Amino acid sequence: MTAVLGGRPEGLTSLALEDDDFDPRARLVVVGNGMAGARFVEEVLERGGGDQFRITVLGDEPHGNYNRIMLSPVLAGEEHEDDIVLNSHDWYADNGVTLRAGVRADRIDTAAKVVHAADGSVVPYDHLVLATGSYSFIPPMTGVRTDDGELKPGVHGFRTIDETRTMLDAVGRCRRAVVMGGGLLGLEAARALQGHGLHVELVHAMPHLMNMQLDAEAGAILKKSVESLGIAVHLDVFATEVFGTDRVEGVGLADGRRIDADLLVVAAGVRPNTDIGVRSGLEVQRGIVVDDQLRTDDPDVYAIGECAQHRGEVYGLVAPAWEHATVLADVLTGTDPDAEYHGSRTATKLKVAGVDVAVMGINTPERDDDEFLVISEPRRGVHLSVVIRDDKLIGATLLGDTRKVAFLTQAFDRGAPLPEERIRLLVDLSDGAEEVGVADMPRDSRVCNCNGVTKGAICGAVAEGCGSVGEVMDRTRAGKGCGSCKSLVKQIVEWAADGDLAEDPAASYYVPGIPLAKPDLMAAIRSQDLRSVSAVFTALAPGGQEDAKSKMGLTSLLKMLWGHDYVRESDGEFINDRVHGNIQRDGTFSVVPQMKGGVTTPAQLRRIADVAEKYEVPMVKVTGGQRIDLLGVRKEDLPAMWEDLGMPSGYAYGKSMRTVKTCVGSDFCRFGLDDSTQLGIDLETRFQGIESPAKIKMAVVGCPRNCAEAYVKDVGVVAVGSGMWEVYVGGAAGATVRKGDLLATVSSPDEVLTLTGRFLQYYRENANWLERTYDFVPRVGLDRLRHVLLEDGEGVVADLDAGIQRSIDAYTDPWGQDGKQPATPGQFRPSLPLIALPKVPVRSAPKASGSRLEVGR
Amino acid sequence: MSLADLTTAAPSIASGPRAHAVARVEDIPPGEGRTFVVAGTQIAVFRLRNGSLHATQAACPHAGGPLADGQTDVNVLVCPLHLYAYRWSDGASTNGAAPIRLFPVREVDGNVVVEA
Ligand code: SRM
Ligand SMILES: Cc1cc2nc3c(=O)[nH]c(=O)nc-3n(C[C@H](O)[C@H](O)[C@H](O)COP(=O)(O)OP(=O)(O)OC[C@H]3O[C@@H](n4cnc5c(N)ncnc54)[C@H](O)[C@@H]3O)c2cc1C
Ligand code: SF4
Ligand code: FES
Repeated sequence: MTAVLGGRPEGLTSLALEDDDFDPRARLVVVGNGMAGARFVEEVLERGGGDQFRITVLGDEPHGNYNRIMLSPVLAGEEHEDDIVLNSHDWYADNGVTLRAGVRADRIDTAAKVVHAADGSVVPYDHLVLATGSYSFIPPMTGVRTDDGELKPGVHGFRTIDETRTMLDAVGRCRRAVVMGGGLLGLEAARALQGHGLHVELVHAMPHLMNMQLDAEAGAILKKSVESLGIAVHLDVFATEVFGTDRVEGVGLADGRRIDADLLVVAAGVRPNTDIGVRSGLEVQRGIVVDDQLRTDDPDVYAIGECAQHRGEVYGLVAPAWEHATVLADVLTGTDPDAEYHGSRTATKLKVAGVDVAVMGINTPERDDDEFLVISEPRRGVHLSVVIRDDKLIGATLLGDTRKVAFLTQAFDRGAPLPEERIRLLVDLSDGAEEVGVADMPRDSRVCNCNGVTKGAICGAVAEGCGSVGEVMDRTRAGKGCGSCKSLVKQIVEWAADGDLAEDPAASYYVPGIPLAKPDLMAAIRSQDLRSVSAVFTALAPGGQEDAKSKMGLTSLLKMLWGHDYVRESDGEFINDRVHGNIQRDGTFSVVPQMKGGVTTPAQLRRIADVAEKYEVPMVKVTGGQRIDLLGVRKEDLPAMWEDLGMPSGYAYGKSMRTVKTCVGSDFCRFGLDDSTQLGIDLETRFQGIESPAKIKMAVVGCPRNCAEAYVKDVGVVAVGSGMWEVYVGGAAGATVRKGDLLATVSSPDEVLTLTGRFLQYYRENANWLERTYDFVPRVGLDRLRHVLLEDGEGVVADLDAGIQRSIDAYTDPWGQDGKQPATPGQFRPSLPLIALPKVPVRSAPKASGSRLEVGR
Repeated sequence: MSLADLTTAAPSIASGPRAHAVARVEDIPPGEGRTFVVAGTQIAVFRLRNGSLHATQAACPHAGGPLADGQTDVNVLVCPLHLYAYRWSDGASTNGAAPIRLFPVREVDGNVVVEA
């Protein structure tokens, strides 16, 4: 829980050259390494400010700069914290910026022009920028804090990555959460916690949700949508008390009710961090007061972001903060000494799946001649409204249906002309009139709100040679805030490039380390006769450099291309393939013997039982793939276990053919139309261990009742009577659920085997690394597959048949092989020899009484 | 093989009080790592395809993964559990995890000598 986000090893502080006496550059000090502060530094560097200034950043948080907006998806478990880092410690060092992370600034001595930091250090400045942001406001409640003033355990604010981590750490142990605050943050927190399986109740002191942005009617509809997600909503009531002696046990409301909870998230608003301004004698009202050049009442001290108050406004969104950063960078670097900031018009989106809310400007008419159009469908959870003044859009609320958000945002930002029929602003009327597409968008309309990127800027980047969506996003930063505009950015880039768009070149590479798409890579491997992973790197990688993350994909490809003649290099394999088992959380492995079609015998079961006892296997489990898994096996025990088992590997670890599930079929089942069990066994025998771009799972069922789930397998075979079999491909029921497409109906088991082989080989030769059939089949298209595989429309069927046969012939059981003669020295040596293994819990069969087993970590 | 074997089986040579010969170079296959217990500490030693030797702490700082089971190239070591990568040059994680500790290691007459 203590890892530093975007950190570096030498400690929290990255030091650039500090050669005070000889450095002629002015000292620019930034307090706060959040979204405004770090962006400001970037903007200064972009304007060549690195030559003008020695930049020092003091940051209270120990981390590099991260995308605070994305803490909601991180809390929801949808985004990994590593992926929200914007500027790592290395970035600061690489750009000659001294980052003093984990150091809080206490006070400014504006006369001496120095900052006093909490660690006792004194930092001199010529220009000082305050970007201290805000903190979560914790309203006074009885019992919310412990005697020493800390929040009671179980009470959390939601502002920083550390707070987010603490909550993530707690969710596993908690069952009931109360979220205080029904604004953006509260709703996002509530939904995220609910996603972790907690029962969530939301308490909001105002009469309707998101009262800052929505009117009462829209708020009421939003309440229904939120409730339909399973979140209880209590409105118009204050939480006044937090119960619990050592940690939160419940929350008391002003009307006397008590809600039991073991987690309380307070999202009842934020307060600007203005202490430093107050202590330093700067003018502070709600925020640190600044003028149109973001200057405080001291001429060398500036404030930007959420801590700043400009023309009476304090903003709580990132777009204004970043506008501040841009203007101030213009002013300080002299790029535009007269640049001014005149305030922001804000637009907000709620990042809660299942509840679409986008709001901009005002939500009710303010003047007599303001036009106001409302479409309200409470039953569907839809509420749309616009406010128009002098033919300009000055406000829009979209709830439950945000299809029009792109156009409305443009109209709002740029004052683009509005359609005469105002209703077209909110719905598409199907009279054939064109929708406003990207082509018709004015050049200066804003596409990315967070970063203020216009359509023109995106087109400019394309014109300057950015050849892919990724490059354009890197160059312009479009799509790098909350990410909700990414698809629009993509459309515009595609339109601007007018078909001339290099797909993101790297996106088409088969593996990241070799700049070749799969067909070219295969051709090069064949023509240059490259048979080992290291030979491929030497011949085809830039500078001949190997790349760890490319090795596994190359190994798989070489095995497919060369069969017997592939030269094995075990460092090219993932550990699973080196030791033929699936690595587990504590470094142990699992052993899954082959059990073709899920059919076993008493003798086989007896052997498995004996082995499980002999090696003290911590858990024996029937898998979802119809076989038996011995889990928690020490690496050094693997060869002996295989030997004792005397069964081939079930390949439960590889990117390869795994299992064929079957149902009992015509031999026993009263509905069975054909012998699905035998066909399953035959399929598994023929295709056992075949490596492929991703795992392959099959099933055969004896009738369309589909008891072995053949419709949702990579290859699924269904007996339909009269000797006929349907072959489905591209099905899935894992992270993605997709019903397979019917490739063909054939009239014998042999034809099933042949067609399956062709399909597999085509998939092996054409799919991207790790692309499962559920992505591959729709990408290629069923028509194309039929054309190639059934009609031999490309004349490749003979090659496909030969290719799969080569791999079938090259099959050897890895357990039989390496078990007897290790492939490399120390192949089965423990890699964590001092750690007492196994740490996974040892389980006995659950008792019939229904006593719960503890699931340990 | 017991733990004691692992530490004492290798020939000891006199190269300072804290240097330990842990294995023969050929005991570590090219591009792979093996773990040894050196003065009570478990240390993963890697022999890269370019011939260089590297030694790191054995357990991944992220969630204790067995680093010796990871994959390597000349720049980084990739942990097998969640694929975090660590640079050989300074142990830093390229994904923002805590850094790994590195130990000096060199070859002496075909022996792998680790200082710990
Ligand atoms: C053992 C088993 C669970 C069980 O106890 O039943 C299992 C265990 C794992 N599955 Fe699975 N899956 C198992 C059946 C399934 C099934 C059901 C099936 O095969 O009928 C599915 C859905 C079908 C499918 O694959 O689409 C399934 C979908 C996944 C996925 C999601 C794949 C996807 O693209 O949707 C993953 C993650 C991945 O592959 O990246 C995964 C990954 C894993 C891994 C390998 C996690 C990992 O990467 O280390 C688990 C290894 C545990 C271990 O340490 O041994 N497992 N997994 C099942 C072994 C079946 C077998 O006998 O071979
Ligand atoms: C969960 C969540 C979701 C959000 N979603 C959105 C969204 O969808 N859209 C949107 O526009 N905005 C969103 N926001 C708001 C957005 O994150 C803020 O507007 C933005 O971060 C403001 O930037 P800032 O630099 O002013 O403040 P911050 O990012 O808070 O940075 C201030 C930094 O200064 C440091 N600091 C404070 N005092 C000191 C001191 N004395 N010395 C040194 N360092 C100090 C702090 O530790 C902090 O790191 C969200 C915020 C949260 C928490
Ligand atoms: S469902 Fe998840 S936790 Fe369970 S075995 Fe599959 S991958 Fe592991
Ligand atoms: S344990 Fe090493 S990456 Fe997770």
